[in-house]
Amino acid sequence: MQDFAGAFGLAFGLIASGDADLFEIVGLSMRVSLSALVLSCLIGFPFGALLVVRKFFGRGIVIALVNSMMGFPPVVIGLLVYLALSRAGPMGWLGLLYSPTAMIIAQTLLIAPIVAALSRQVLEALQAEYDEQFRSLGISRGRAMLALIVDGRYGLLTVALAGFGRAIAEVGAVIIVGGNIEHLTRVMTTAIALETSKGDLGMALALGIILMSIAVSVNLVAGTLRALAERQAYA
Amino acid sequence: MPDPTPLIPHPASVAGPQTSRDRILPGALRVEGLALQVAGKPLIDIDRLLLDPRSVTIIMGPNGAGKSLFLRLIHGLIAPSSGWISWGEVACGEATRSTQAMVFQKPVLLRRSVAANIDFVLRHRSGNRAERRSRCDELLTLVGLAGQAQQPARLLSGGEQQRLALARALATRPKVLLLDEPTASLDPASVQMIEQIVLASSAAQTKVIFVTHDVGQARRLAGDVAFLHHGQLAEHGPAAKFFANPSSESAQAYLSGRIVL
Repeated sequence: MQDFAGAFGLAFGLIASGDADLFEIVGLSMRVSLSALVLSCLIGFPFGALLVVRKFFGRGIVIALVNSMMGFPPVVIGLLVYLALSRAGPMGWLGLLYSPTAMIIAQTLLIAPIVAALSRQVLEALQAEYDEQFRSLGISRGRAMLALIVDGRYGLLTVALAGFGRAIAEVGAVIIVGGNIEHLTRVMTTAIALETSKGDLGMALALGIILMSIAVSVNLVAGTLRALAERQAYA
Repeated sequence: MPDPTPLIPHPASVAGPQTSRDRILPGALRVEGLALQVAGKPLIDIDRLLLDPRSVTIIMGPNGAGKSLFLRLIHGLIAPSSGWISWGEVACGEATRSTQAMVFQKPVLLRRSVAANIDFVLRHRSGNRAERRSRCDELLTLVGLAGQAQQPARLLSGGEQQRLALARALATRPKVLLLDEPTASLDPASVQMIEQIVLASSAAQTKVIFVTHDVGQARRLAGDVAFLHHGQLAEHGPAAKFFANPSSESAQAYLSGRIVL
């Protein structure tokens, strides 16, 4: 039990002293996951809106496919990206394996389907309300998609958070394509896994505490924004 | 024993287009052999209806008579199972819909400010920012919402929301204004304002088709009345004749306040 208390002491010490290694890892984590999130939103919001606005043939199958991709195991995504980026792979010439870019690609593939599938659900409800009015006004599909995304902004914020939560907490994909290389591709989750197995519980716990604080504060901010929006009847 | 096939006066003879020139005006609705079936159930079945391109046409009938469906059909929001709908010389479709505007029973407002709701439609047509702004102010003043331009639209009261929806409908300067029970359960001041604007639009050459089941409102607005019952046109004629001496039994029952089954 002494170990346990000691680990906490060490962890808070690292955080309070602003340990360079620790914050480098945190910074890279945020950079990778936020980049993946931005890319996923750029892909997922329009794709979700498209699935809502266009009732094309085979739409049901596409939706089922995207929905099932939400549950894809990160290690499998990691493996696929690894195969694509490895020297013998089709995109090996890019030389991206074991780089932050590779991690961003893997996390994007992981959460873009989540963002797309959840966006579709959020926007579907909005579309049911707006559709007839938009058709009466002669709004084009493109403008309707944009209007749905703008008017569904608070619902989509929650969607983005779900994606971010999944990305920042994920370990399987980034460890395969990133390799947990110190000062290069080491992020919070891979570092926790490594430090724990090395027995450096202080560092692992410090990272764990920061990871959890990020998750909690991100949700608090989103909750506050949503409450503000609801007061304006914009949500 | 009631006559099973009551004689419907030929619509063209009572309130249809008066001259051949009228027939090409964008408000001259012509409906022939219009039928809509859903899952084998006939919901609309109107043999023939011609509307004067200028007057305010009131569509009346008990709930479930197909008034809203009829409005959606002639606006081109839903496709009929069979039949012909045209406005002027143009078949009902995207081209005619773009010259029309519809106000729904429950206003559908964007999750934005009052002014942004108008601007959303104005931006659709071109026009620079200053022009759009002044047009937006003009429209909001018309419906008495000038002071609330920056408020969230969905926090307005029911009557204010519907007035905003009307202003938005007028933003496109429609040739035809379709209203689906726009004043059902609104405050009297809003009802009065909406009726005045509708009459003013009609005076400014906009064809108005107004669905209501408020007899008082119909009397105040109507140039001619089309009475629907069970998806069929029970009768259509000038308002004065309709209210004084309705020819169909269902309209007689409806006007005398009986429940029409």
